[in-house]
Amino acid sequence: MPMPAAEIEALIREGIPDAQVEITDLAGDGDHYAARVVSESFRGKTRVAQQRAVYAALGERVGGELHALQLTTAAPVKE
Amino acid sequence: MSDDTQQRIKDTVDANSVVLFMKGSPLFPQCGFSSRAVAILNHLGADFESVDVLQDQAVRQGIKSFSDWPTIPQLYVQGEFVGGSDIMMEMYESGELAELLKAKGLVS
Repeated sequence: MPMPAAEIEALIREGIPDAQVEITDLAGDGDHYAARVVSESFRGKTRVAQQRAVYAALGERVGGELHALQLTTAAPVKE
Repeated sequence: MSDDTQQRIKDTVDANSVVLFMKGSPLFPQCGFSSRAVAILNHLGADFESVDVLQDQAVRQGIKSFSDWPTIPQLYVQGEFVGGSDIMMEMYESGELAELLKAKGLVS
């Protein structure tokens, strides 16, 4: 069940309002995506905690409708 | 979710220094993410136990609540959840994963 990239982005932003989200459709099939999520709220958190926040925003869709999501997370780089 | 499954998972991660919950076996991974996780551990020379969640529906669901993590593969080192394949990849590239395993005496 494919899911459009815009919908993934909207869900992440709903959960993490300041998130900068960059989504790449890896296979062009609306089913395999890479997402890079940058948010100030990630600062000082472990990678596991950062990714949990993204998974929480996506909710039940992960692993079901959203089959494959490569996820990288980071806090913004300070100038 | 049965407590029985949670206990079985706990026993597995407590009894083995490095455990990878994955889809398929290290020789025949059934998913690209699991395949990548195996390749990373092999590359680091880590001796690891693997659990094929496709062989056990209870564990396939149970591992997600055990770690509060919705995807597979999942890596545990000395009973602690380290992350999924993306985190493994990041830690591998930065050298952190090798450091972690070395610090615990799990790779030479």
